Parts: sequence; structure tokens; C-alpha cells
Amino acid sequence: MSPIKNKSLLTKVAVLAAVGGMLFACTSNESDDSGGGEQSAVSNNDETGETVTIGFSGPEADHGWLAAINDSAEEEAAEYEDIDLQVAEGTNDPNLQISQIETFINDGVDAIVLLPTDGDALTNVATRAMEAGIIVVNVDREFSSPFAARTTILGDNYGMGVSAGTYACGLIEEEGISDPVIAEIQGIASLPLTQDRSQGFADALQGCGETVDNQVSAEFTVESGEEVASNLLQAAPEIDVIWNHDDDQGVGVKQAFDNAGRDEFAFIGGAGSCQAMDLIEQGEMEATVLYPPTQAADGIKLARLLAQDKGLSDLVQVEVPTRIVLNAPVVTENNVEEYRPLCFES
Amino acid sequence: MTEKTTPATAATPPPDEHQRMEVGAEAGPRSRVARIMASPAGRNLGLVVALALVCVIGVITAGDLFADVDNVVTILRLAVVLGIVSVGMTFVIIGGGIDLSVGSIVALASVWATTVATQQMAADFHWTIIVFTAMAVGAGCGLVNGVLVAYGRIAPFIATLAMFAAARGLAEIISDKRNQLVDDPGYVDFFARELLGIPMLVYVFALVAAIGWVLLNRTTFGRRTIAVGGNEEAARLAGIKVQRHTVYLYVLLGVACGIAAAMLLARTGTGTAQHGVLLELDAIAAVVIGGTLLTGGRGTIVGTVLGVLIFTTLSNVFTLNNLDTSDQNVAKGVIIVAAVLLQQAVAKRAGST
Repeated sequence: MSPIKNKSLLTKVAVLAAVGGMLFACTSNESDDSGGGEQSAVSNNDETGETVTIGFSGPEADHGWLAAINDSAEEEAAEYEDIDLQVAEGTNDPNLQISQIETFINDGVDAIVLLPTDGDALTNVATRAMEAGIIVVNVDREFSSPFAARTTILGDNYGMGVSAGTYACGLIEEEGISDPVIAEIQGIASLPLTQDRSQGFADALQGCGETVDNQVSAEFTVESGEEVASNLLQAAPEIDVIWNHDDDQGVGVKQAFDNAGRDEFAFIGGAGSCQAMDLIEQGEMEATVLYPPTQAADGIKLARLLAQDKGLSDLVQVEVPTRIVLNAPVVTENNVEEYRPLCFES
Repeated sequence: MTEKTTPATAATPPPDEHQRMEVGAEAGPRSRVARIMASPAGRNLGLVVALALVCVIGVITAGDLFADVDNVVTILRLAVVLGIVSVGMTFVIIGGGIDLSVGSIVALASVWATTVATQQMAADFHWTIIVFTAMAVGAGCGLVNGVLVAYGRIAPFIATLAMFAAARGLAEIISDKRNQLVDDPGYVDFFARELLGIPMLVYVFALVAAIGWVLLNRTTFGRRTIAVGGNEEAARLAGIKVQRHTVYLYVLLGVACGIAAAMLLARTGTGTAQHGVLLELDAIAAVVIGGTLLTGGRGTIVGTVLGVLIFTTLSNVFTLNNLDTSDQNVAKGVIIVAAVLLQQAVAKRAGST
């Protein structure tokens, strides 16, 4: 190496260090700013109040999204000194879950946050808990009676479909595609949530005069996703937009695209896994529609407020609302950083 | 079951004309066709007809989309996992057993083969480590199944039901219910690589089916399997170590599950505890559609492969026609029954003419 080269190397290092320093300064400034912003939004609701005992019961975390539901609920509870969280073992057996709720009632907890294995099956025991004076917060899967819960917080399956469909319409108009081929990969077709998602998708597409051309259903698993997507690609040699309902099965769907060497379409996902967000960042995927895995965590926060007789600070109304439907935003490469903290490992 | 061919005649090479006429109810002169129909290959004729029918329906309803080379390759690729497991399952069922745990074993093998430790080892040596790990895990599960059935005297249905629950549970514990991606891109690429327009995956299936055919039809192991499933006591009296042979059969199926798991890893690029859900039912159905007696003692590999292909082609034709899932399920049920009836009718005619 000549001394001149060495010198230029030194210069480069110096420039890099300077730029790095500036970048570092920027980021630290930013975090200061956002910290300040958060501060102003926070009310005295987060101040430690009287300790409340909250019982939490949910289904067995047999896939990424449910695992994230449980993890975020426990993490959120740990943030508060005044929450004594009792977590029941996750189960897919409604009878076992009923007995868990009965145990909570006997223990005299202040509030129960319940993500039922089956909304109908758990309605009765939840009503009994309410009658016993325990605040019940219903998460994600709804009870069949309004007397079974004080507050219901849930994601919006129909809204997911609407978001995906509206986004697809935007793409089609933006790129001026005439007579686009639109494909949809459902989760388990017989589930009400799948039908809601598909209905929303179809309704939104109708808004721009489009319909779903090819529809297949997988089973929320990677294997089934790969299988139906492989067949779908054969059924439609040219596709413009594909909406896949679920990012868990999306891993297989993406692999099927890769196996077939097809990428001529805009690939939109659903749920919001970290993998999907990675793909969006890499430009391998167009977008994903969020179905928040933080619902139970929000349920815990609501249960705490209710038990401490507090309201939602940003509402004029003093009491916590009876029903909160979470938005289903579309995550694209423009806003993926913003939603990254909400993602879950599938 | 109403067929004239008894397990014994299936086990031995086709007898000559004279013996045939004594066995047959009607001692009329036999045509060449009837003889062919009564042979094991002839029994598969009904299946060939059924598969051809499905293909004809595919061509009529989906035209070029179905007849496309890419589409045929897709069908074959999707048949690989079910096919390999079904070949193994054929042996266990012919041997008088049943295995409900294959889906769970595939899941466990796929997860074990993609743990950080295994992948690290594969990165240090070669990606084949992943395949061998999957096969070893499958063999291990098969060994446990076999020993429980043969020496523990637990009914195969129960022993493998226990494995059905335990293997998937273990897979969930190991993977923490997360997807484990295959890090080595060489792995997926190798099996996706095409030779003469056909991906390696499909060759693996063909190889497994060929080995299965030779093992069943051309070796002592195959004849013993048929003997054990046909009449366990007679097999014992004939000097066959029935218990040991039963263990071998479950290990064989376990290894097949391991290979299937490795192929599933290649197809999806992911190991997860959710692989192979309900695979056991599809495999048993494919084997039975293929003409293997659920009570053991008779069966063919060719029939099983045809059964698998009928299954996979059906799903493909449905998707090409954009059929609703509910309609698909109804049609699938009807076609499964029709295929079995057709196959029995052909076999019956062959036996009575």
C-alpha cells in the first residue's frame, strides 16, 4: 500500500466518523423529542394506585400470533407495580378454561381478562363472574351476551379485509391496471373471522369495481400455505394482486412464490409478523394488514383502569368505553419502522 | 374383501391356469384380459382409470392450465411429502399395523433438523446433516412405536396415538412454537434444482417409491411383511421373528417420515411444530384407496402411489377451477368413495369372469 492510499483511507475514516457522529447526534435528538412527546400524552393514569389482582386466561399459544398475545399481556402487566397478574395455563379446551375462570371467581380477583377459546362457550361463566362483582374484559373473540363483559376490546377482521381491499384498489388505480387479476388466500375457510375478512375484502374491492378472481383457503399453517399457493399460481398464470389473510401461513405462501419464480404481483399479507415486516423492508412484499397482537395487553391496561375507577385519559367521558374496536392499518415500506414494535415472531 | 384373491395368493407368485380354475367359482375358460386383471397390476387398473378420469376432468374444465408442464410438475411436487409417508405406511398396514403418529413425527423431525445446533453443524460440515438428522429422529420415533407395539403388546392404534400427542408436544417445546427457517440457501436450492425439467424433490419420491416396490416385491423382507400381516401365528410357526419384524416396519415408516420432513423443509424452507397436521389420515386414506387391506396381508406400492396422485391431482383441479373449499370437500368425499368402488368393481369382475 502506498502512503497516499493510506492517507485517503484515513480521510475516509475521518469522514465516516464525522458522519457517524452526526447520525448519532440525530438519533439521540430524535429519541429525546419522541420521549418529550410521549410525556405530554401521558396522564396521571399510570401513577401507581391501589393494587389490583387481574386474572388472565387465553387459548394455548400454538402459533406466533397467540404467543405474542400472551407475551405482550405479561410484559404490560409487569410495567405496573400495582398489577398482580395471575396467568392461567393456556388451553384450547373450553371446559378447562371455564374451570379456570371459576377458580378466578373463587379467588375473588378484581378483574378478569379473557380471550375465550370459544366466545359462546365462555359466555355463561363470564356472566357469573360479572354477577359476582368481578370486572370482565373480553378480548378478541366476542361473548354472545352483553352482560358477560364490562368492556370488549377486539381486532377488526372485517376491517382487515376493507384495509387490504382499499389498498389493492389504490395500487390498481395508481398503476392503471385494466382488468386486474386479484387472488385471495384465506385461512381456515369455515371460521367466521375468515368470512369477515373475505367479506371486507370483497366489499372494498367493489368500491373500485373489482372482484376476487381466484380464491383458495389454507389452514393457517406454513405447509398448507405453500400447497394452496403452489396450486393458485398454476390456476392463474398472471396475477396482479394477492392478499394472503395470515402471515403465519404466509411463510409457506412466500416460499411457493419463490419455488415457482413468480413475483409479478403485489403481495399483501395479514396480521403483521416480524418476518412480513422484514420482507416489506427488503421490497419482497408490498404490505401487510395489522391484526394487533397487543389486544390482551390493552385488555390488561383497561382492566386496571376499571378496577381503579379511572377513565381513558384522552376521552372527555369519565368511564372506559364498553367496546373498543382496534384499527387494522396497512403497513408498507413507508411506515414499517413505526409498526415494527408491534410485530410478532411467527 | 369380496374379492376372490386371498391373501395367500397375493403373497405368492400368480399360480398357473389350472390352479386358478380350481380356485375360481366358475371354471370357465379364462381370457388373457381376465388374467391380467386378476394380477396385482390389474387390481391397480381401477386406480389408473380413476386417475385418468380426474385428469380428463382437469383437461376439460381447466384446459391448457391443467395440461401445462409446470402444472404437472406442481402436482408431482405437492405429492412428494404425502407420497413418501404413504409408501412407508403401506408397509406398516400390510404388516397388520397402523400408525397415527406420522404427521407428528414429520413435525418433530422438521423441527429437530432446523434447531440452531443442527443448522450450525450443517453449516460446519454439509447441509446433508439436516436430512440425516430428520431421518434419525424419524427412525427413533419409529423404534419407540415398534417396541411399544411388538414387545409392549400395546395396540398399534393406542401406541401410535400416544406418539401422535407426544411427538408434536416435543416439537412445540423444542421450537417454542415458532417457525425455524432453514438458513442454508443451498438446501432449498438443491431440492428445487431441476433435472430434465423435474425438481430433485420429485426424484427423491420416485427413488423412495422404487425402493419400496423392490423391498416389498423382490425381497424376503417384503414376503415376511405380507406373511406377518396375513396371519401372524402362521408367520411365527414358519420361523419368522414376528416381533422383531414389526419393529423394523415401524422404524422403516419412521425413516420415511424423516425423509418426508426433509422434503417439507425443502418445500417450505421452514421447520415448525405445525407441519404434517392430519397427514396421518391422508396417508392412511391414500394407502387404502391404493388397494391395501386395512387388516393387513395385502397391498401394493404402485396402488399407494396412484392413490396419492389421485389426491394431489384432485386438489389441483379444484383450485384451477376456483372451486369453493366447501364444494371441494364434498367432491373429495364423493370421489374417494367412487375410486374405491371402481377399484373393487374391476377387481371383482377380474375374479369372476
